Amino acid sequence: MIAHSIFFYTFSLIAIVSAIMVTASKNTVHSVFFLILDFISISCLFIMIGAEFLGMIMLIVYVGAVAVLFLFVVMMLNVAQQKNQWFAAKDSSKHIPVGLIISTLIFVEIIIVIGGWKYKPELFDINNSLAQSSLSNTHSLGQILYTDYIHIFQISGMILLVAMIGAIVLTFRQRAGVKRQSYIKQISRERDEGVEVLEVETNKGVRIDD
Amino acid sequence: MEYLSIVFQEVYKILFLLVPVLVSVAMIVWLDRRVWAFVQKRQGPNVVGPFGLLQSLADALKYIFKEMIIPSSSNKVIFILAPIVTMTLALIAWAVIPFSASQVLADINVGILYLFAVSSLGVYGIIMGGWASNSKYPFLGAIRSAAQMVSYEVSIGVIIINVLLCVGSLNLNDIVLAQQSMWFVIPLFPMFVIFFISALAETNRPPFDLPEAEAELVAGYQTEYSGMMYAMFWLGEYANILLMCAMGAILFLGGWLSPLEIYPFTLVPEAIWLILKILLLFFLFALVKAIVPRYRYDQLMRLGWKVFLPFSLIWVVLTASYLFYFNLLPVN
Repeated sequence: MIAHSIFFYTFSLIAIVSAIMVTASKNTVHSVFFLILDFISISCLFIMIGAEFLGMIMLIVYVGAVAVLFLFVVMMLNVAQQKNQWFAAKDSSKHIPVGLIISTLIFVEIIIVIGGWKYKPELFDINNSLAQSSLSNTHSLGQILYTDYIHIFQISGMILLVAMIGAIVLTFRQRAGVKRQSYIKQISRERDEGVEVLEVETNKGVRIDD
Repeated sequence: MEYLSIVFQEVYKILFLLVPVLVSVAMIVWLDRRVWAFVQKRQGPNVVGPFGLLQSLADALKYIFKEMIIPSSSNKVIFILAPIVTMTLALIAWAVIPFSASQVLADINVGILYLFAVSSLGVYGIIMGGWASNSKYPFLGAIRSAAQMVSYEVSIGVIIINVLLCVGSLNLNDIVLAQQSMWFVIPLFPMFVIFFISALAETNRPPFDLPEAEAELVAGYQTEYSGMMYAMFWLGEYANILLMCAMGAILFLGGWLSPLEIYPFTLVPEAIWLILKILLLFFLFALVKAIVPRYRYDQLMRLGWKVFLPFSLIWVVLTASYLFYFNLLPVN
């Protein structure tokens, strides 16, 4: 039990500190690395409460894919060195009220959820029988997702698909004058089309690219 | 006191796993160079020790005594962290590899997901190294490599789903035991081929070694690294290759099962079978390195996204429908 709590406090401390460092560090690339550390420690916390499937999926999806994209964007946009600090800049004071409102909203939501869990627990045990059974985490998640919540699950998948296609369509533009490489053309080239023997007249030369 | 004894027991087990892994990484580097040389009618490293077996040790000694140069304009913390991350990730993944039904460090329920997660984290070592070097060749190499690894991970994930459909469990020992009647390489042969090629791309091996294409990018993300840090990148890379071979052996070649359950084969310890299968796959890796020219970058991306991903997705549908139609789905 002691070891359990030591690990819990270590991981939560790392999670909280790195979450603070995400916003506080001056270098944006460092922020992304702290975000990754945060994700990893949160997935460790998931594993500690027995939700090993969620923890691993968190690692694979967030750390393995989403954070890589974040890093790409941050490195490509060249915002690595922010000269003036976030709170020191003059015009950033406009953003503080907005941030405060949003964070208050999130805080109130968390209070409502935790309060509801504490005082109306019967609303939250949807499938207590599954939690008590000897099935592994992955099996019980699959059984809930693909039976009781199949429609919601499929609809959320559809929404993600539509969002993905939408993002591709919005950013896709056909540019003129781009040389496209068609690999079928390239590998099906024969010697006759590739090489041509020409009689070159003296002082005339030949045009090749027409 | 009992905590201490548990801790010591675990540390003993971990060392018993890690030391052989590290030694075999050194040996595998020698094997790789030897196979490569024989294909090209050369001798390869054959001077240090019998058959040149100690060549890697000599190289390691050389790296240890070389000076570590940290570029003055680099981001020092991340620069030093990058090889450590690569090496650590390549080694911690071995915790879940089962060498027999009982010889496994951590027999966790979601073993295959753990392997997949750790191998998908491997990209960070490369990105960190490339970015922190603060130089354009490493940066270009890192960007290329990140794009490549993320692309091929997707098809590896889909291939894993194929295998899991036939097993019905994410535990690696269950995956091995499900192959008792037939190794998955037979019914899922196309998936095995795609897994092998994706593993080549995932570990940045030739013909997909664009991240460190020496002709274009000097040495890619490791250009600025020297001494022991370079050696750590190298060790991490080879440990990752061994890991991918182990994953292939467990998913498709029956892991620690012996090929035939008859008298002379059952005498051999189960761990030996797994090691032999890993070596077989690694031999194929080394052969491919020697005989195939490097891919062009756009071809690499086309292969990953337009060929492997749709094909393996279609194969998931086929496998699922076959299992469903003949009522073979593993339900427990």
